[in-house]
Amino acid sequence: MPMKIGNANFRERVETNLHNTFMRGAVAGAQERLHTRRLEAAEELGNWEEWRALGEEIRQHTLENLDYYLMQLSENVAKRGGHVFFAQTAEEANNYIRDVVIRKKAKKIVKSKSMVTEEINLNAVLEAAGCEVIETDLGEYILQIDDHDPPSHIVAPALHKNKEQIRDVFREKLGYKQTEKPEELALHARKTLRREYLTADIGITGCNFAIAESGSITLVTNEGNADLVTALPKTQITVMGMERIVPTFEEMEVLVSLLTRSAVGQKLTSYITVLTGPRDEGDVDGPEEFHLVIVDNGRSNILGTEFQPILQCIRCAACVNVCPVYRHIGGHSYGSIYSGPIGAVLSPLLGGYDDYKELPYASSLCAACTEACPVKIPLHELLLKHRQVIVEREGKAPISEKLAMKAFGLGAASSFFYKLGSKVAPSALTPFTNDDRISKGPGPLKAWTEIREFPAPNKERFRDWFREHQKGGGK
Amino acid sequence: MMQTGTIHNRDKFLQTIANRLGRKQRTAGVSRPNWRHQPQWTVFQGYSQDELLEALKAQCPRIHTECVETTSVKLKETLKEVVTMHGGGPVVTWDDPRFDEYGLTHLLRDEWPKEHIDVHVWDASAGRKNIDFAEKANVGITFSDITLAESGTVVLFSGNGKGRTVSFLPKTYIAIVAKSTIVPRMTQAAAYIHEQIEKGNLVPSCVNFITGPSNSADIEMNLVVGVHGPMKATYIVVVDR
Repeated sequence: MPMKIGNANFRERVETNLHNTFMRGAVAGAQERLHTRRLEAAEELGNWEEWRALGEEIRQHTLENLDYYLMQLSENVAKRGGHVFFAQTAEEANNYIRDVVIRKKAKKIVKSKSMVTEEINLNAVLEAAGCEVIETDLGEYILQIDDHDPPSHIVAPALHKNKEQIRDVFREKLGYKQTEKPEELALHARKTLRREYLTADIGITGCNFAIAESGSITLVTNEGNADLVTALPKTQITVMGMERIVPTFEEMEVLVSLLTRSAVGQKLTSYITVLTGPRDEGDVDGPEEFHLVIVDNGRSNILGTEFQPILQCIRCAACVNVCPVYRHIGGHSYGSIYSGPIGAVLSPLLGGYDDYKELPYASSLCAACTEACPVKIPLHELLLKHRQVIVEREGKAPISEKLAMKAFGLGAASSFFYKLGSKVAPSALTPFTNDDRISKGPGPLKAWTEIREFPAPNKERFRDWFREHQKGGGK
Repeated sequence: MMQTGTIHNRDKFLQTIANRLGRKQRTAGVSRPNWRHQPQWTVFQGYSQDELLEALKAQCPRIHTECVETTSVKLKETLKEVVTMHGGGPVVTWDDPRFDEYGLTHLLRDEWPKEHIDVHVWDASAGRKNIDFAEKANVGITFSDITLAESGTVVLFSGNGKGRTVSFLPKTYIAIVAKSTIVPRMTQAAAYIHEQIEKGNLVPSCVNFITGPSNSADIEMNLVVGVHGPMKATYIVVVDR
């Protein structure tokens, strides 16, 4: 799956998803649970703000010295016998990985969850090279067998599906005969995937944090799938976004603590696995060959700009879990594998304004995301900066906003038009008004009132009320 | 000495980063700052081993893990009971001198086989057969190298007969935890590993921080315990070690 999902425009996507009642219920429920768990986990620590300040400082220092730490990382990986490939573009990364696959004559590849391999659309390249590619994270596996349904959340990709839908997919694609109980579904996936791990030629993983001082990579899961993906096949390929790095084990530890608490409210997830190079001499499990692919794919263009803080992101989705806009429109509306506030900032930077100029407007600027972020990315300020860039530098403000601003400019510039406008508004809107609420508004109000009500204009204008008040007759 | 790996396309890549950051490439001379906030060290600060053990026990139910206390004299009996309770063999273990030090060799070599409980001790020379056995095993047993009280985590270092999959492939995972290995949290384990690296020692190819059995909440956010890895986990704490 490439970063971009589907061809429908933003308005069409939102329209479809707003009517998906199950998805909206599932998202709201999940948001509440994850949000509560995160707050409890933070409260338990007692000094969460200090933790956030530490997380921010570590991420900022690492980004400021990114070339130094990547140099150190690559030296240490090579010292332990691993191979490092620096890929400026998605195509360079995919070509390198395809060459390894061909050289190894690989037929079957197991993968653990990785956003960056989705971003570069690696699976399509591997399938075109004749490989069977199997996602092993349960959520990703469900989506993959359901004809590549796109993910809707960066931590819980199948959040939009209910268990009955999953049962039906299992019945159709895997010959499953049991019920929709999550335990039974998971057990079936366990049995099916065990065979795949044991017979795969190559394991591919993402990377939560690379550790510069030792040339290690850190994988964070609850399922343990990344451990089997890296322990059983003879070749391991790890793909990382170039910013996913820390100086030493000590910073890895702090960021993992922030990640697991912020993502799922756990002190640690079941498996935090730190891997260094291929297997050591005398090891039986673990790969004989290890490749680390470090991907830029547009990230360096963000460095040194006002948007640099977005590279501090540790992909916990805490911002997604508190976002009121995400709650209503769901992950698929963003049209990108990166959804929610992080997606609204990152997708236009990696994928361009042509495809994603609406996303920075899909926000109420309530700043809940900024407050939730464990590494203190000023997300809502970055959304505002996007809007500024879109209007000032790109001249790409959405048409509706341009028209509205033009009309308001015309109306507000002349006191005659302003008075006229505010005077006629109540009666002009009377046909649409019901108990002081507008539920089916015309023109610019249409999109708003399709999904919620708008207060009707006051019958008495402020100016009139003020004049009366001055005379001593106002309410 | 192992063969050095290859590095491709590095110079241009790092130069691009330096250019974007508006300065010359940094290849040396960067040191970690003294972080202004260090809250990680305050968790369970000054706790005794007894208090750390209590904290570990309190965390175990939250990670769906059974915690059993025993002494080195009773360890063999406790281990037998726990394995029986989980349905018996086949059993796979690390090839680890601690099994001998803790008086378990007789159990692994004689007692269990006599009771028709198959035991496989990891054997590097047997290659892939180790994995075949572990995949069919009901129980995998390892020692914990470092134990984290706050999260209820056992830390395992791979290498020298300590196969990675012993803790992943069997249905039940049992960790033997010496009380003296318990530290407040991941901070102390990370600091220890960092210190080893500073001294020039190589970090093992796999360091596992394991916190209870495998689980997933990918289906309607319902927690399912036991997905790819073990379905059950038990820690046996040896209080006089």
